[in-house]
Amino acid sequence: MKQNITSLEISIKDLTKRYGKIYALDTVSLDIKAGEFLTLLGPSGSGKTTLLMAIAGFNRPDSGSIKFANQEMILMPPHKREVGMVFQNYALFPHMSVFENIGFPLKLRKAPNDQIKEKVHDALKTVQLSDYADRKIDQLSGGQRQRVALARAFVFGPRILLMDEPLSALDKKLREQMQIELKQLHRKLGVTTVYVTHDQREALTMSDRIAVINEGKIEQLGTPKEIYNSPNSSFVADFIGESSFLQLNRKGNDLYFSSEKIITNKKLNKNKEWAMVIRPERLSIVNKSYRKNSSNIHFSGEISELVFQGETALALVKLMEGNYLSVRLSTKSSDDFDNLKTGKKIQLCMNRKDVIIIPH
Amino acid sequence: MNEKLLKSAERKEQLLLTALTIPALISVTLIIVIPVGWLFSLSFLGKSGDFSLENYQKMIVYKSYFRVFKTTFNVSFLTTIFCILLGYPLAYFLSQVPKKLVGIFMITVLLPFWTSLLVRTYAWLVLLQKKGMINNFAIDMGIWETPIKLAHNLNGTLVGMIHIMLPFMVLPLYAAMQRIDRQTMQAASNLGATPIQAFWQIFVPLSLPGVAAGSLIVFILCLGFYVTPAVLGGGKVIMVSMQITAILEDQFNWGAASALGVVLLVTTFIFLLLASRFLKLDSIMFGKH
Repeated sequence: MKQNITSLEISIKDLTKRYGKIYALDTVSLDIKAGEFLTLLGPSGSGKTTLLMAIAGFNRPDSGSIKFANQEMILMPPHKREVGMVFQNYALFPHMSVFENIGFPLKLRKAPNDQIKEKVHDALKTVQLSDYADRKIDQLSGGQRQRVALARAFVFGPRILLMDEPLSALDKKLREQMQIELKQLHRKLGVTTVYVTHDQREALTMSDRIAVINEGKIEQLGTPKEIYNSPNSSFVADFIGESSFLQLNRKGNDLYFSSEKIITNKKLNKNKEWAMVIRPERLSIVNKSYRKNSSNIHFSGEISELVFQGETALALVKLMEGNYLSVRLSTKSSDDFDNLKTGKKIQLCMNRKDVIIIPH
Repeated sequence: MNEKLLKSAERKEQLLLTALTIPALISVTLIIVIPVGWLFSLSFLGKSGDFSLENYQKMIVYKSYFRVFKTTFNVSFLTTIFCILLGYPLAYFLSQVPKKLVGIFMITVLLPFWTSLLVRTYAWLVLLQKKGMINNFAIDMGIWETPIKLAHNLNGTLVGMIHIMLPFMVLPLYAAMQRIDRQTMQAASNLGATPIQAFWQIFVPLSLPGVAAGSLIVFILCLGFYVTPAVLGGGKVIMVSMQITAILEDQFNWGAASALGVVLLVTTFIFLLLASRFLKLDSIMFGKH
């Protein structure tokens, strides 16, 4: 069933929240588009949950503005905000059945009984729990509770859906399955969704856009591809995906690593040091027939550690210059994986287009 | 391999654990089981020293016994109700106060709890007397003109008993409220519940196990109360325990006194049994969910 929900845009401006001397949110501004799936990604204590709670109305910021479609919300109590929320520990009502839990928001809105019944059953169908209406909460598994919490959050047709690490209590397999289901549900409902997580893979999997948050500030805002392929700070590069960092030397407007020219003629801020971020999977080991060319960057070194992880393997390579690089390797037998061992001298190459430069 | 060795080691451990309970078992037997059993058998002996039910017959025949039981249950019930009415808001307050301050406010609950029951009872007598502080204050302030009888009646008894019982209500209530997840209340509010709706529809139902536990403790303790009704009741509030003393002092009739004790004990057990049936007591007492 397609629900007719008019999703709303959220516009956050200069939001600040202090706990003592610590800034949980430091003049955060963020525009979330209507119908978008936006993830707040950051380490614990970064302020991502504080921001979500401020949108839900559970904490009062010290200054700033939160608008839903141009309507100021900063002083609106939570029960009048009409946003659905999925809590980290689900926060289901243990004294009510599944049906009563999901029907709770409808009952508060004084919906007639037959309408409550219909809507709850639709919601249960959407989260694939049709046979569980009469169950008690303590008779449900973690994944089922998660679905009930989800159904309860969207059953009353909120214009905004907030989720606070909703999958963190589930095991890996179930979590990955739920990620896909949440994504599908979002597409179906079309409701503006703000999702909080510290799991970068989850953020990359689900989001339209990601806001990377650190120490109460938004470090970077962009699509998963933008965030992954062009991080703008060492924090973002380090937090999202695996990366190795190589310090670069400047000669005029060119940047060098050892004798290899990495970047030419870039307008560089004179006061900054620059580093290159290298993603392990963008490197490959060259074979004997390979010939050096200018579209690639080359490194040579020896394997100092080799870890087999199933679908891929990870090699830690010590470069001639003394730095270490992580390299992700295919484990296909055609790629000669079996011939690799620690101590083997190898050549690495990487496409120049994959070069990421960040101020360091 | 080593099966026998491991088995005998396990047996030894179990024996050792059982041995640890022996001192407690002996003292319980000596202090509780034997005297109660002795009283129990006494209650079935008539004046002549033979087996007879005359002690129990008396309880049915004489209306005064019935009155005593009625008073006992009445006082216990009223005390429990007032303890809920006073204790619930107090426990709620404690559960909402920042963690750092709970200790300070908890002292206000625990300090009287640690003070001797006798001291508190006489303190109330001083306060409630005809020329006590409360009457004097009210007359000085012009709230009422002639001294009101506050002690030596049911009111005085109730005031004293409620004061003494309040911690027994507040502590389990506080424990139950403490266990209510803050996010559950936030969820209610997020779903559109006003603070009042969230309180009545979510908080109160979730705190009911605490109410049940507190009520049970208070009610059962009240059933056997002696000092407070004796001092503050002024002879007008006669509870079972006082009747027992009276029979012993006036008639030196161990049989009749024992019979009263047995009836009180049995009714208390019945209450406990009913409560455990309907209230899932183990989940209340031991914090299981």
